[in-house]
Formats: sequence, structure tokens, C-alpha cells
Amino acid sequence: MALLTRTDLRQALITGLWFMFLTFPLLVIKVDPVERTVLWRWANLCWVGGASCGISLAVRFWLAWGAARQERIRLGLAPTASGDPFRLLRQRRVALPLLAAFALFLLAFPALFSTYQINIMTTALMYVVLGLGLNIVVGVAGLLDLGYVAFYAVGAYSYGLLHLHFGLGFWTVLPIGGLLGALFGILLGFPVLRLRGDYLAIVTLGFGEIIRLILENWSAFSKGPSGIANIARPGLFGIELSLEAAIIYLYYLMIGMVLFTVFVVNRLQNSRIGRAWYALREDEVACQAMGIDKTRTKLTAFALGATWAGMAGVFFAAKTTFINPASFTFLESAIILCIVVLGGMGSIIGVVIAALILILLPEYLRAVADYRMLAFGALLVAMMMVRPQGIVATVRRTYTRNHLSR
Amino acid sequence: MEYFIELLFSGLTRGSIYALIALGYTMVYGIIGLINFAHGEMYMIGAFTALIVSTVLSIYGLPLPAILILTALAAAVWAGAYGFTVERLAYRPLRNSPRLTPLISAIGMSIFLQNYVLLAQTSDFLPFPALIPEFAFLEPYAAIVGATDLAILVVSALVMIALTLGIKCTRLGKAMRATAQDRTMALLLGINVDRIISLTFVVGSALAAIGGLLIASHIGQINCFIGFIAGIKAFTAAVLGGIGSIPGAVLGSFVLGLTEAFATGYVASDYEDVFAFSLLVLILIFRPAGLLGKATVEKV
Repeated sequence: MALLTRTDLRQALITGLWFMFLTFPLLVIKVDPVERTVLWRWANLCWVGGASCGISLAVRFWLAWGAARQERIRLGLAPTASGDPFRLLRQRRVALPLLAAFALFLLAFPALFSTYQINIMTTALMYVVLGLGLNIVVGVAGLLDLGYVAFYAVGAYSYGLLHLHFGLGFWTVLPIGGLLGALFGILLGFPVLRLRGDYLAIVTLGFGEIIRLILENWSAFSKGPSGIANIARPGLFGIELSLEAAIIYLYYLMIGMVLFTVFVVNRLQNSRIGRAWYALREDEVACQAMGIDKTRTKLTAFALGATWAGMAGVFFAAKTTFINPASFTFLESAIILCIVVLGGMGSIIGVVIAALILILLPEYLRAVADYRMLAFGALLVAMMMVRPQGIVATVRRTYTRNHLSR
Repeated sequence: MEYFIELLFSGLTRGSIYALIALGYTMVYGIIGLINFAHGEMYMIGAFTALIVSTVLSIYGLPLPAILILTALAAAVWAGAYGFTVERLAYRPLRNSPRLTPLISAIGMSIFLQNYVLLAQTSDFLPFPALIPEFAFLEPYAAIVGATDLAILVVSALVMIALTLGIKCTRLGKAMRATAQDRTMALLLGINVDRIISLTFVVGSALAAIGGLLIASHIGQINCFIGFIAGIKAFTAAVLGGIGSIPGAVLGSFVLGLTEAFATGYVASDYEDVFAFSLLVLILIFRPAGLLGKATVEKV
């Protein structure tokens, strides 16, 4: 307690009072304009005051503690910080058994849990693919894309519509969905090549909304808000599967898809084009000066990122067997972005962890499900303050002379 | 012809509302170069505060003019307070970080505020009381222009004139312009830059809240998601006019409002938002600096 001064206490008190004032109309008063009644919820005011005062104190304590620690390190009284807590994970000796245990758990999952749980897990794995796809665009190439869900919608609707009109099956449409996603990625990529940073973010957001609005309003093409129903599940050499078997089958397909994605994305990141993306992210001008074709690099990032969204969309349509535009709102894009940011931009293992946490946690914490989006928002802000590099920070790959000549 | 005039007024009304929100965007962008993604939520919070305050006051039986003034005041004060708090919590600690960091923080703040209002109040549409009385002299033209349309036009014109004068003539306005021009230099000249930035957020949020109050009494219903689409459109307007430029934001808003009104009136009514977004994409492709903005050259 010695770390906190009187000023800190006073400031915390002021913070509490300020938040009581701030939240007064919205949290305390609840009106019914039709019945003309007012509900005063004074208890909320106390909660807000106490909580904000407490949080303010905690933050101040944490800051003071950090400063004191730094001071002691500077004076040589304490050992230096151990650094990255995930460093251990990068050692082959530790990582391999962990990975093997995790893989075994995933493989045995359908045998251990109910169909409901399997369904949730499939969804989470779908988000892993989406996160890894967006990771190419946002994390690796540094292009903030807020309309990523548009490509997801393109994939889902290409399966829905091709199945509806031409009776095409899942396996035929899966590559087509990916290709269409890539095509739309390039379609979006071309006009926004000259834009950077925040302008790019807003245009991609607009693009995502345009796709959704077209799907919603062009009923002759997409059946409008009522959506497309009775989409076939994936086939297994023409064998008729029961509902339960179909869900388990889809789960294993999804695992295969995740492995495929991780493999490809990993290879991509270490390839020539991957290094070009990193260069583009770090400094566009310097990157151009090094002779990298900016246009091609950006377009491949958009196209390859969108490919995964397209394929995930086909999986989504096959899993739910029903799609409508309401599944493809901006919020979806925000969740996928949250996965990438939380996981650590550019880090594959981070994205996988973040996707599993963000999708599974709310499913199992039903009681706080209402607060899910509130927590998402707060999490995005807090992550930017405390750990902008994400759960697992990417370690920049370094090339030594030895390494190159090997 | 009558249809044309009706659309014209509808476009001007939309334009004034967009202008009230777009001014906040453009001022903040001009000063710290951040797209304040949570700005649309200030408009929503303003509308909600107005709804709550006006209902409470009317239950306690205050006369209509008093309700109107107190409601507008409350909406502006609380939205301003939210703007101040958001800047302090989500943007100030990140002021010297890479560009994408505060933008992601702003998106988080926007999601947070939407869901905060959803949880604190409701996710349903709430009916908004008609605060602006019908004027007798407008009776013959009721089909073309309503009392609220006129009130929106007059109020927003007054607010914009006051803002322009304030920025041009007062000491604070001068400090604001100096900060926008060169933050470090302004700091060296003894301007409290942090305070000016806070003030910009407060003023911008208060303007958005007035916009929220006006549009809510025009449309007659609100919910907690109205801020998102309005914010995006106002941002479109600000970019259209050249972000960072105050007259540009006003011009861009009217262009956007009129385009939307005529496009929905004459082409297709379902695609209102598509027109706005397409306009945004086209402008950014062909004239990234906007109508009144200056193209910047990046030096290495």
C-alpha cells in the first residue's frame, strides 16, 4: 500500500465520481416512453462508482509497482525481466509433446463429447481458418481489412446458389468458393491499391457492407433476407450419413482444413512473397525502393487472404445448411479482426489460440453471454494499451550468414 | 416538381445532420490524424440521453420549450462527457503508437459503447417523442416540408455558423488551429495541447449529440445501433469534402445528403446505403484528398 500516495487515492475517488456522473442517465434511469413510466436504478450508480474507483486504484497500483520494479532493475537490485513468457513454447523439446497432446485431444474429441460440443468446436475451427486468412492481410501484409466477412459471404453464397441452381456438391464448390473469394479479393484490391492505413480500413468496411446490402436487397438473385435453406452437407463417396455421423465427418474435415491452412500459411510466410509482405507492412516506400512490386504484393495478399474466407464460407454453408445475409454483418468482421489482434499479428499459433479462446469461452460461459460483445470491445481497447503485439508476439526471423550458406 | 422539391428538402435535412456529425470527425482528424470510429456512438448516446431526459421531464410536467432546451443541453453535456472520457481512456495513452493501434482501439470503443447502451437500456427500437411543435405558418406547405425539417436546417445552420466563428475568432479556436497545424510547435508556444485535444472531442461529441436529438425527433424512433451507420456516412461526407477541412465537411455532407435523397427518390429506394458507400469508394479512388482537401506529398 506504500506505493500509493494520497494523490492517487484522491484521483481514484474523482474517477469514481466522474463515472457516476457519466453513466447517470443511461445506467440509472430507464424510461418507457409509451407507458410514460420511469424506473430509477440507484443500485447501478453505487456499482459503477465503486467499480471505477477500484479499477482506477488497481491500475495506479500496477503502474507504481511497475515503476518501482524498473527502478530496482536499474539499480541492479533485481534481476532483469525474464522477457517473453511464450519463449518456452518455441523450444522443440517442449512444443512437440504439447502439440501431440493437443492433436490427440482434437482427434478424440468426437468420441468424448456430445454432438452439440462437436458443433461448437467445428465453429471454432472455422474461425481459426478465418483468422489465419485475415492474418495474411492484416497481420503479415499490414493492410487493415474491415470487410473481410464479405469474402466469407461470397464463399457461403457461392455454395448456396450453385447448389440451389445447378445441384453442385460440396467438393466441387470448395475450390470454386476459394477462387471466387480470391476474385473478389482482387476486385476489392484494385481500387484500394493507392490507399493506405485508415482510408483503406474504411473502404474495405464499405465494401463489406455493400456486399451484405446487395445480398439483402437483390431478392431475385440471393433470395433476400429469407436466405437459402436445405443446403447439402458434404458427401462421402455417395454414402448416406446419419445426422450425427455427418456432424462428426464435418468436424474431421474441418480439422483437415485447419491443418492445410496452417501448412500453407506457414510456407507462405517464409516464402519470397511472405517476406515481401513483411517488408510492405514495415515501410511501403522502403519496400518499393528495394524493388518489390507493390501492386502485385498487395493484390496477392488480398487474394490469398480472401481465398481462405471463401473456403470457410463454403464450410459454413455446409455446416448450417442455411444461410442468410444476417450472418455476415460488420460484427463478424470485428470478431475475426479481434482474433488476429489478440493472437498477435502475424503469429500462427497465436491466432489459433485466440480463435479457440474467443469462440469457445462465450459458449461455455452462458451466464455472461450477454456481456460477450461488451467484453470484446473492452478487450480490443485493453489489448492495444497493454500488449499491442498480441498474446504470442511474433519473433522476427533473422537470417545469419551461417543460416544462408547452409 | 413538387416531388423534386420534397426530395431536395429531404436531401438538405439529411445533409445538415451528416454535417453535424462530420464536423466532429473532421476536427478530430485535423488535430490528431485519427479516425474516431466511436464518434457515431456519441450521436447515438446523445439521442438516448435526449430521449431519457425529455421523457422524465415531460412526466414531471414541464412546459414544452423548457423541455426542449434542457434536453438539448443534457444531450450535449453528456455526449461531450463521453467524448472526453473516450479520448482519455482509449486514445491518449496511444497517441505516439503506430497508426493502426488507435484505430483498432477506436473500433473496440465503438463496439463497447454500443453494447453498453444495449445492456443499460434496451436493444429494441424506442419511440422518440416529437419535441418540435408544428408551426402554423408551415401549414400550406405541410406536404413538402415539415416543422422538424425546418428546425433541423435552422439549428444546424446556426450551430455551424457559431462553430466557424468560434474557430476563426476566439483564443481557443486559434489554439485549435495551431494544434492542428503543428502539434509540437503549438506545445512550444505554450498551448496546452492535451487540453485542446480534449476540448475538440467534447465539442465534436456535443455537435453529434445535437444531430442525434434532431434526427431522432425527425424519424421518431431510436435504438442502440443507429450510431454505426450514421457514423460511417458522416465519415463518408467528411472524406468527400476533404478530411480535416471544416467547410469541406459541410459541403461533403450536403453533396452526400442530396445524392442519397435523389438516388433513393428516382433510382431505387432499397439501395440507399449502397449509394453512400459507392460514393465513398469512388471518391477515394479518384480524388483521395476530397473536394476541398489538399493532396499531401509524403516525404521520406
